[in-house]
Amino acid sequence: MTTTLFANARLIDPEAQTDTPGSLLVREGVIAGTGAPDEAAPEGAAVIDCQGRALAPGLVDWGVKIGEPGERHKESFRSAGLAAAAGGVTTVIARPDTAPPIDTPESLEFVTRRASDAPVNIRHMAALTKAREGREMVEIGFLTDLGAVAFSDGVRVIRDAKLLARCMTYARGLDALIVGHPQEPDLSKGAAATSGKFASLYGIPAASPVAESMGLDRDLALVAMTRCRWHADQVTTAGALPALRRAREGGLDVTAGISIHHLTLNEFDVGDYRTFFRFTPPLRPEDDRQAMVQAVAEGLIDVIASFHTPQDEESKRLPFEAAAPGAVGLQTLLPAAMRLYHQGGLSLPQLWRAMSLNPAKRLGLPAGRLSAGAPADLVLFDPDAPFVLDRFTLLSKSKNTPFDGARLEGRVLGTWVAGKRVFGERP
Amino acid sequence: MSFRARHLLGIDHLAPSEIVTLLDLAEDYVALNRRTVKHSDALAGLTQINMFFENSTRTQSSFELAGKRLGADVMNMAVAHSSVKKGETLIDTALTLNAMQPDLLVVRHPHSGAVNLLAEKVNCAVINAGDGRHEHPTQALLDALTIRRAKGRLQRLTVAICGDIAHSRVARSNLILLGKMENRIRLIGPATLMPAGASEMGVELFEDMREGLKGADVVMMLRLQRERMDGGFIPSEREYYHRWGLDAEKLALAAPDAIVMHPGPMNRGVEIDGTIADDINRSVIQDQVEMGVAVRMAALDLLARNLRAERGRAAAGVMV
Repeated sequence: MTTTLFANARLIDPEAQTDTPGSLLVREGVIAGTGAPDEAAPEGAAVIDCQGRALAPGLVDWGVKIGEPGERHKESFRSAGLAAAAGGVTTVIARPDTAPPIDTPESLEFVTRRASDAPVNIRHMAALTKAREGREMVEIGFLTDLGAVAFSDGVRVIRDAKLLARCMTYARGLDALIVGHPQEPDLSKGAAATSGKFASLYGIPAASPVAESMGLDRDLALVAMTRCRWHADQVTTAGALPALRRAREGGLDVTAGISIHHLTLNEFDVGDYRTFFRFTPPLRPEDDRQAMVQAVAEGLIDVIASFHTPQDEESKRLPFEAAAPGAVGLQTLLPAAMRLYHQGGLSLPQLWRAMSLNPAKRLGLPAGRLSAGAPADLVLFDPDAPFVLDRFTLLSKSKNTPFDGARLEGRVLGTWVAGKRVFGERP
Repeated sequence: MSFRARHLLGIDHLAPSEIVTLLDLAEDYVALNRRTVKHSDALAGLTQINMFFENSTRTQSSFELAGKRLGADVMNMAVAHSSVKKGETLIDTALTLNAMQPDLLVVRHPHSGAVNLLAEKVNCAVINAGDGRHEHPTQALLDALTIRRAKGRLQRLTVAICGDIAHSRVARSNLILLGKMENRIRLIGPATLMPAGASEMGVELFEDMREGLKGADVVMMLRLQRERMDGGFIPSEREYYHRWGLDAEKLALAAPDAIVMHPGPMNRGVEIDGTIADDINRSVIQDQVEMGVAVRMAALDLLARNLRAERGRAAAGVMV
C-alpha cells in the first residue's frame, strides 16, 4: 500500500472534540498524523483534495442485523457491506439474532467467514443464552476467544433474574461485555406504540414508558450485584435517565445507546399507520426525544446507532400492530444525524463521539480516532448537501426506511477502510 | 490427651493440636491397615450406626470398614427406605435411634446443619460424614494426612483448590483446616462457582487457572456436579475443561513436585485429564482413599475414648 495525503479537509476529531481545517496523512492503511490544510505531500504520496469537506473517522454502527444465516433474502454480508460503505460506516457490529442465532463457536466461525464478503470491517456479537431462550448461557469463553465483541439476546429479555445474574457473573470473570435490552417484558408485551393520547386515538396496542425504566432498574440492580461490564442497547425515555445517571455516578461499568430513529422521529411520525415507523422500542413523544438528544450532548447516552433491521416488503405490508418492527439504517445514519447537527444543537465532534469513538472504545476496537496509529477508516462527507431520499436507491436488499421521500442533508463522498477506498468516485 | 471434642461435626471446632493428635493416631492405623491381620479392639462392645440420608458408596464403606477393623458392631441404616419416607421428622428419627443406645453415629445429610441438629438430640458421639454445603470433616482430615505424608509437613504450603467451590463441603472443610495449619490457600474457578464473600475468607482468588496454579505445592481438584454443567453455572463441559480442567500443560505451571488430589468420584475429561489422575508420580488420589479409612478409624477411636471417659465420670458421680 502507499501513502495518501487528505489535503484541505475539515477534520472532525471526536477524541479531541475539535472541528478544524487540516490535512491527514495515511501510510500503509494507518493514520500517520495530521497537519495544516495545505501541508506539503511527502515524496511519492497520492493527494486527495477534500475541498474543505468534512473528514471524520468512519462510523462504527453497533447493532446491525444481517440476514445471514437464515434470511439472506433480506440482507447478506455483501449487500450490508455495500450499504455500509455508501453510508460512511466502516465498522459494522453485527447482531446475533439471526436464524439460527450466533450462539456457538461454530456458528460464529461461519459468520466470520461469510463476513469476508463485505468491503467494510465486520465484528460480531454473540447471543448470551443458547437459542436466545433465556435458559442456558452460551460458551462465553470460547466465543470471546473467537472474537465475539459482546453478548446479547437482542430484544428478548432474559426473564429469569437468577440466570441473568449467573451469566453476568460468568461474563465478569472473562471480562466480557453484556448488552441488555432494558424492558419489562410482560408490561410491554404486544405493544407497538408508547401509551398516551396518540396511541389511544389510533387504537394501537401500547406500553407505558415505565416498562423501559422498570427493565433498566432491574438490570442495573443485577449489574451492581455482579459488577459486570454492561451496555443498554437502547435507552429511549426521559424517565429512565435518572437511574442511568445514578448507576454511572455510583461507579458501575455501564454505558447506553439509542437508535438514530428515536433521536430524529417521534410517535406522531407514525401518522396514518405507516409501518416503516414501527420500532422496538416504539417511537416516543417529542418530550422524550428532546430529552434523549440532550442526554447525548451531555454524554449520558454514549452511543448512537442505526439498529439496521432489514425487513422484506411483505413483513411491512400489514396492519401496523402486525407489521415487523425495525428499519434499515446503514445509509441513512449519517444524513439523519445531520438533522441533529443542523437543527438539534449537536456538533459534529459530539455526534462522532457517539457514532464512532464511543462504540469503538466500548468494544475494544482501535477505530473511531484520527490520531496517529489508528486505522485509516475514514469518511469524507458534505454535511450540507441536500437531497430527497428515494428508498429504491438504497443498496440494502431491503428498502424499509422511514426516511423515504424525506428531505435530508449530508452526503457521503468517499469511504476508506484501512486506507483503501471502498466507496466514492476518485476525484 | 489433646483431643477433647465430643462430636466431630466440623473442622471449625477443632484446635490445631486436636488435628495433629488425630493425624498422628491415623498414622498408626495406616500401619495397621497394611498388615495382613487388620484388627484392633479399640471399639469392642461399642455400636456404630451409619446413617446416610444421601447416597454414598465410598464414604459409607470407608466408615463401615473403619468401624469393623476397630471391632465395633456396625450397622448401616438404609435411610432411603426407612421411616423418613413415611414422613418422620429428622428429630423423631434421632430419638428413635437414640433409644437403641448406639455409641457412635455417622451421619450424612443433604441439608447444611442437619447433623448439628441431630447431635443435640442424642447421647452418643456423632461424626458428620457430610452435611449439605457445610462441612465434611473426615475428608479434610484425610486430605491433610495425605498432604503431610507426601510433602513431609502440613504448614507453609501453597494449596490450590480448583472447581466448584461454592457448592462443595469438601472445599469448605479443607479451607478451614488448611487455614488453621497456616497454609497459603488459592481458590480457582469460574466466578459462578465461587462462594459469595470468598474475598473475605483470607484466601487468594483466581479466575485464571494458569495464574492460580503457578508455584502451587498441592493441586486439589473438586468434582463438578452433573447438574451444574449445562448452562446454569457454566456454559458447557468442553468450555469448563478448556479453562478449568487440569491437564499436563496447566499442571506444568505448578511446583515441579506438586501433588494432585481429588476427593472422587472423578469426571475424567471434565475437571481432570485421565492421564494425570493415573500418573503415580503426581496423583495421590488412591492414597487419599487409603488415608480415608485410617483417618476415620482415628476419629472413631478418639471419640470413643472421650465417650467412655465421659460415661465413666458420670457413673462416678462427677460433674461433667
